[in-house]
Amino acid sequence: MLEAVARLGRGVLDALERLGRAHLLLLAILLGLGEVLRRPRLLIDQLFNIGVLSLSIVGVSGLFVGMVLGLQGYYVLSQFGAAESLGVMVAASLVRELGPVVTALLVAGRAGSALTAEIGLMKATEQLAALEMMAVDPVHRLLVPRFLGGVLAMPLLAAIFSAVGVLGGYFVGVGLLGVDEGAYWSQMQARIDFTADLANGVVKSLVFGLVVTWIALFQGYDTIPTAEGVSRSTTRTVVHSALVVLGLDFVLTALMFGD
Amino acid sequence: MDEAQPLRVDEAPGPDVLVEIRGLCFRRGERVIFEDLDLDIRRGMVTAVMGPSGTGKTTLLQLITGQLHPEAGTIRVAGEDVGRLGRDGLYRLRRRMGMLFQSGALLTDLSVFDNVAYPLREHTKLSDSLVRKLVLLKLEAVGLRGARDLMPNELSGGMARRVALARAIALDPMMVLYDEPFTGQDPISMGMLMALIRQLNDASGLTSILVSHDVRETARIADHLYLIFEGRVVAQGTPDALANDRSPWVRQFLDGLPDGPVRFHYPAPPLAEDLFGGRG
Repeated sequence: MLEAVARLGRGVLDALERLGRAHLLLLAILLGLGEVLRRPRLLIDQLFNIGVLSLSIVGVSGLFVGMVLGLQGYYVLSQFGAAESLGVMVAASLVRELGPVVTALLVAGRAGSALTAEIGLMKATEQLAALEMMAVDPVHRLLVPRFLGGVLAMPLLAAIFSAVGVLGGYFVGVGLLGVDEGAYWSQMQARIDFTADLANGVVKSLVFGLVVTWIALFQGYDTIPTAEGVSRSTTRTVVHSALVVLGLDFVLTALMFGD
Repeated sequence: MDEAQPLRVDEAPGPDVLVEIRGLCFRRGERVIFEDLDLDIRRGMVTAVMGPSGTGKTTLLQLITGQLHPEAGTIRVAGEDVGRLGRDGLYRLRRRMGMLFQSGALLTDLSVFDNVAYPLREHTKLSDSLVRKLVLLKLEAVGLRGARDLMPNELSGGMARRVALARAIALDPMMVLYDEPFTGQDPISMGMLMALIRQLNDASGLTSILVSHDVRETARIADHLYLIFEGRVVAQGTPDALANDRSPWVRQFLDGLPDGPVRFHYPAPPLAEDLFGGRG
């Protein structure tokens, strides 16, 4: 019994220590943001790695999510004679919630896990130590551009997800189920608010981009430098990112859209 | 296990001492790695630090380069107390050091050429053409000028270490540290590395610290040997002097004897007790 309590206490202390290290790493990254001004090429490379290379999965996922929204929305709305509101329903769902959240989950799975594995393997193969020995700060040179790349890529990817999703909803609702095309677009234009919907969606994406990239980089940088350690860290990146994104989404939604 | 007697460096370091370690204590968790360790590395010499696996040889390199901090004692490199240096001071000092890691530690997304050019591009404002000339000269020195366009995953283990060596000397350091350079090398690669370490040291006026447990190879190129065991220096001297040393510990290590002061068996209760004593 006493041993179980001691184990629990040790676990809590370990978790707090990791949390402390994660915050110190974030602080070091934020203090080093000026590095990308000196070497913008590093940021461009990471925008490509995190953003451009995630385009296909984000685009295809957005299309299918939009199509499902169009289908389900039509079935529900047509029962109340409000099928013309399909456009606004699809757009609001995507811009407010599904765009930022699903994009963050997809980016965590594709780019976040890749970041963790890359940094973790660099640690395991002594490349981080080699940089240190060459008097090059690995946080500035490796983590800062990846962090900024992740934060900036996320809202762009979420915007693409939502735009493709709206087209998917249009294809199913207007193209297949016969919803009026003018109503689909005009209601969307009239009811989607720039500040309440679009801007809040962008803020959510930025926050998700920050936490997903932060978690991914910390897990890689703090990994146990073995094959098993990197494997565990990669798994933790996906699991922790998913939980934090979903939890934060609730908090942000309550703050942004609550009365 | 017989107690190995520690050796102390009592005399004050002379001007020819580049690295001066006094009273070094370091532990990992509960395990003592170094306890009151004294050691001098002299300029212009190849000094080898040897000892059984797990005795803290790589840790010693990490302490000398400021990757780890001692619990007690001082490590002075070129007169600077490494443990007291801030990040900028440490980075300034590291620009004058090169380190060859056990794995080579080449940056895997850069070609051989770019790996060697990396420290030059980071720390100098040399033109591209001058960087190119310097990189080709460094690669020529290690015999791999023709491999400049290869990626690290296209290199053999020995080639990777030679490229890493070219990178380590790219900034013409005062000192190069070698972490187990011969481990896992075939005889030809080993011979190449041995010749390179000796030639670079002599031709460039370097100071070399070599950490290894490859007795014969290390003794052939080192000017001075330190044997460390259980956190302390147990023997030191020229390779010839140690070859004639009769102490049981030195003999066991240098001759590779399976049993002696370092026991073959990890400490355990008697076998009969384990087998028949009702233990799980």
